[in-house]
Amino acid sequence: MSQFPITLKPFGKNAILLEWPQRVDEAILLDILAYQRFLQTQLKDSWEMVPAYNSLTLIQIHTHFDQDKLVKQLLQWYGEAREAIRLQHYLWKIPVCYVAEFAMDLNALAETLGLSAEALIEQHTSYAYTVYGIGFLPGFMYLGGLPKTLEAPRRKTPRLHVPKGSVGLAAKQTGIYPQDSPGGWNIIGRCPVPMFNANSENPCFVNVGDKVQFVAIEKAEYELRKIEAEVGIYTPQKQDFHA
Amino acid sequence: MLKVISPGFYTTIQDLGRMHWRHKGVPVSGTMDDLARHHVNALLENAPGAAVLEITMTGPQVVFEAESYICLAGADLSPSLNETPIQNYQVYKVVEGDTLSFGRLTKGFRSYLGIKGGFQSEMVLNSVSQYVPLTKQKKIAEGEELLYHPVKQFEPRISQIKTEHYLESKDIEVTFGPEIDILSPSQKEKLFELKFTVAKENNRMAYQLEEKIGEHSHSMLTSAVLPGTVQMTPDGQLIVLMKDGQTTGGYPRLLQLSDLAIAILAQKKSGDTIRFKQS
Repeated sequence: MSQFPITLKPFGKNAILLEWPQRVDEAILLDILAYQRFLQTQLKDSWEMVPAYNSLTLIQIHTHFDQDKLVKQLLQWYGEAREAIRLQHYLWKIPVCYVAEFAMDLNALAETLGLSAEALIEQHTSYAYTVYGIGFLPGFMYLGGLPKTLEAPRRKTPRLHVPKGSVGLAAKQTGIYPQDSPGGWNIIGRCPVPMFNANSENPCFVNVGDKVQFVAIEKAEYELRKIEAEVGIYTPQKQDFHA
Repeated sequence: MLKVISPGFYTTIQDLGRMHWRHKGVPVSGTMDDLARHHVNALLENAPGAAVLEITMTGPQVVFEAESYICLAGADLSPSLNETPIQNYQVYKVVEGDTLSFGRLTKGFRSYLGIKGGFQSEMVLNSVSQYVPLTKQKKIAEGEELLYHPVKQFEPRISQIKTEHYLESKDIEVTFGPEIDILSPSQKEKLFELKFTVAKENNRMAYQLEEKIGEHSHSMLTSAVLPGTVQMTPDGQLIVLMKDGQTTGGYPRLLQLSDLAIAILAQKKSGDTIRFKQS
């Protein structure tokens, strides 16, 4: 099971950081998630686990634990043969409306990339992006797998107000702003589905390790999905995939 | 109920915080100074996580509409009950119509008002800690009425304690963070020899420090950060993440504050100085 050399470091007195080789690699992410699943069966529920790209952070704040002892145990567990864990993941089809009023930077960005706006949208919706982490803001997904043809610099001047649901591109990343916030990404559309809804039974339906593919929708469907999602009768379509 | 006549500079409802949602990007929140929360709740014989008011820099003016018992801890904002000065770390009975107000800040930066049984507020993901957009409000507002259960009779087993020593401490106890080794020996020396000044950019999300320790060009993949993580920007600025801080970050993590050190830093304001001490 120990496919990769991992290193463990205490991270303050309340956390332990487990690190895999420093690269964006789906095999690494899936190994992290499989080990996390194993640890969830071994450690108490009071442990919080935060996976991201090449790391897994274990946090325990209200109960004292023996850090050295746990580090040894974690290394030993990682090295031992374990039953292969089948992770259930989903490919989410997330609707995005690319009309001009939501896509403040679409035309300028298309020009920078030497594409037509239609071709940019076509490319943006053609790939399934891997969720390498969720953080920064509640429900913000770090998505990997953007084609090189869509890589563009951030805006020179960040906007003070990017509306919730805005879909952006910057450098090697694409993603959805889960709430109103300042931001410097190039905005090319808007998603009607809240990526974090504290009032929902499942506030953030996407998990690290899932994939996301954007689907272009018209303005009328955007309005409908927005209302449906707000009252809780719409969740994006998903397809199973086993990692 | 507690009627808010004026809210003060920045007064929020806080408890232990919002656990078990970091993997979805939700900050922990909760009291910045956990020690003060612990003390008011201990003196009032509340559960440790009973909700308190976190009062920043200037105090609110509030009127109690039912009887109960209160206690203040943390910063000294010269509190008075019906214009009679009262002390922090001491339990007082309040009755209908009593007014609590505050004066000059003399020590620390954040004061905590606890009430017998705790304040009752909108519970979101198992916490009442105010954090927008999870909670509707980011702080208490003028005219608002905060709920608490009236208590007629309570005999505190301990009516007063003395624990203010940490408020004026400048020593911030730390352990090495995961990327401490990116520093050159001279940068590392600076980290522990310099006095750092709290910049005006300080709030519940993060405290920036004014003094820089030189540049770095280390690039890393985004990874988890914690309250009390000291990050370093490429131009050498240090940022200490606090309770409403983001859950992941891409800057090197040089140091990690102890729980007590987070409470000490939470009592610092712009211009105050601190020094990092290895534990």
